[in-house]
Amino acid sequence: MSDRITRDEVVHVARLARLELGPDEIDAFTEQLARVLEHAADIESLDVDDVPPTSHPLPLVNVFRTDEVRASIDRREVLAQAPWAESDMFRVPPVLGEEP
Amino acid sequence: MSALDTAAAVRAGERSAVDILDEHLARIARRDGEIHAFNLVTEGLARSQAESVDAAVAEGRDPGPLAGVPVAVKDNTCTRGIPTTCSSRILEGWLPPYDATVIERLGSAGAIIIGKTNLDEFAMGSSTENSAFGPSRNPHDVTKVPGGSSGGSAAAVAAGFAPLAIGSDTGGSVRQPASLCGVVGVKPTYGVVSRYGLVAFASSLDQIGPFATSIADAAVLLEVIGGHDPRDSTSIPEPAPSLLDVLGRGVDGMRVGVITELAGGPGGVEGIAPDVVARTRQAVAALEAAGARVSEISVPSAILGLSAYYLIAPAEASSNLSRYDGVRYGLRVDAPTTGEMNIASRSAGFGDEVKRRIMLGTYALSAGYYDAFYGKALKVRTLIMRDFAAAYEQVDVLVSPTSPTTAFGFGDKTADPMAMYVNDVCTIPSNLSGHPAISIPFGVGDDGMPIGVQILGPAQSEPTIFTVATVLEDVAAKGGAQ
Repeated sequence: MSDRITRDEVVHVARLARLELGPDEIDAFTEQLARVLEHAADIESLDVDDVPPTSHPLPLVNVFRTDEVRASIDRREVLAQAPWAESDMFRVPPVLGEEP
Repeated sequence: MSALDTAAAVRAGERSAVDILDEHLARIARRDGEIHAFNLVTEGLARSQAESVDAAVAEGRDPGPLAGVPVAVKDNTCTRGIPTTCSSRILEGWLPPYDATVIERLGSAGAIIIGKTNLDEFAMGSSTENSAFGPSRNPHDVTKVPGGSSGGSAAAVAAGFAPLAIGSDTGGSVRQPASLCGVVGVKPTYGVVSRYGLVAFASSLDQIGPFATSIADAAVLLEVIGGHDPRDSTSIPEPAPSLLDVLGRGVDGMRVGVITELAGGPGGVEGIAPDVVARTRQAVAALEAAGARVSEISVPSAILGLSAYYLIAPAEASSNLSRYDGVRYGLRVDAPTTGEMNIASRSAGFGDEVKRRIMLGTYALSAGYYDAFYGKALKVRTLIMRDFAAAYEQVDVLVSPTSPTTAFGFGDKTADPMAMYVNDVCTIPSNLSGHPAISIPFGVGDDGMPIGVQILGPAQSEPTIFTVATVLEDVAAKGGAQ
């Protein structure tokens, strides 16, 4: 078993990603993610200090549009897709009092 | 019958769009139980579109360049009021409140949306084995995968269920299944086709592209769906490339480079099958015989693309897929608090590969690892863009295999994620660079299954790569790929 990523790190990352993994899933992911990170060692060891990063293939500039009123998607149609909606709002279980 | 011939016959009033639709629906009824190209056959929508096309012709109006042509659409493309699942349990039953731009443009061109095709869940995979609704099968041999992630679209075209299909290509998801199913597949330049209404996977890499049985059919489809869309801020503010007019220009005097690292050259990628390399070399020889000037070109960083991609794409995916939280649409699993509901919904709704990529991306972006993984990968992306820029100073187009092997068997590569990921090694560099590439069928391998050859070019060189592909298509049609 590789030590590229530990079982505890997998549990931590799952929490960050809002995923709950069973013990078998944790074992499988620990091994599989380690394999991928093992492969990524080829770029991890690369000396690219002087190379600027590229986050996007196009030289993007912000795109503005004129500030004019336009029709938008019907609110009822959007709310109809919600698992739970009430009084023109999305309804969720309690939020306050949770651990962050 | 080709898409162009079909449209011509419908426009001339020689064929009815409804009859053409019925022929294709009959083929689907006969064989899609076995192939499973479709998550949903949209017969109601298709019939009303076909009737409108026939009515337009009867009234003397031109329905458009794709009049009466059935088009299969990957099920990660939003269709208003029609299920769009991404082959995921988390979106089962969701009805998008709007149409993707490509759906609107297909409708305006007279095309008939015949169904939503199967894919690896959220387009993450190279075989459709990650679909929550079961895999698609390769029409050439149903014991083999069709490739992925747009495997359903490729299989639909290869099986004759539709002359044209739409896919999305984030790391090769149009080109690789096209190669495995023996059809034409295109990844256009990033920004040529609007992504409005395409469910996001990795936003700096995703691009919609056509499947067809010929270069000319792929060209007309790209002309229809391409061009600026103000609703996609990454859309290039230019009209769609004009392709049909230039297909026959030939390659006399054109400079063609073979990517050494992807064609069995020294220091190159391992695992590219000898029969695939041989077909690629045969294609290059055919281009030389047609007047092209051929050379070997090294793109050293291409070999790093795989690692960079499998950090960048999961990182972007982990962010994009955070929207599936059980609040506004899709699956909700009830729990006492919102936080617990978010976790329960995501854990129940996502399949293994999607969870794996979200985990990988979250890890690559997390404190302590960002610089070592994600930051490094972005710098490698710069190296790849530099290498391609240098290559395109010497040649007009590059050639490589599309997929390292022909179609493989179900379960052959599912145990080890890296074994599956390496399928994308030849296609990933174009997504990282944003450049266009096309896969065209060129003969078969030792197992009798189709092999695709990939033509790559610089940004917005679609007219050039389509011209080269047309020459190879002619060579193959005349028996030059045997």
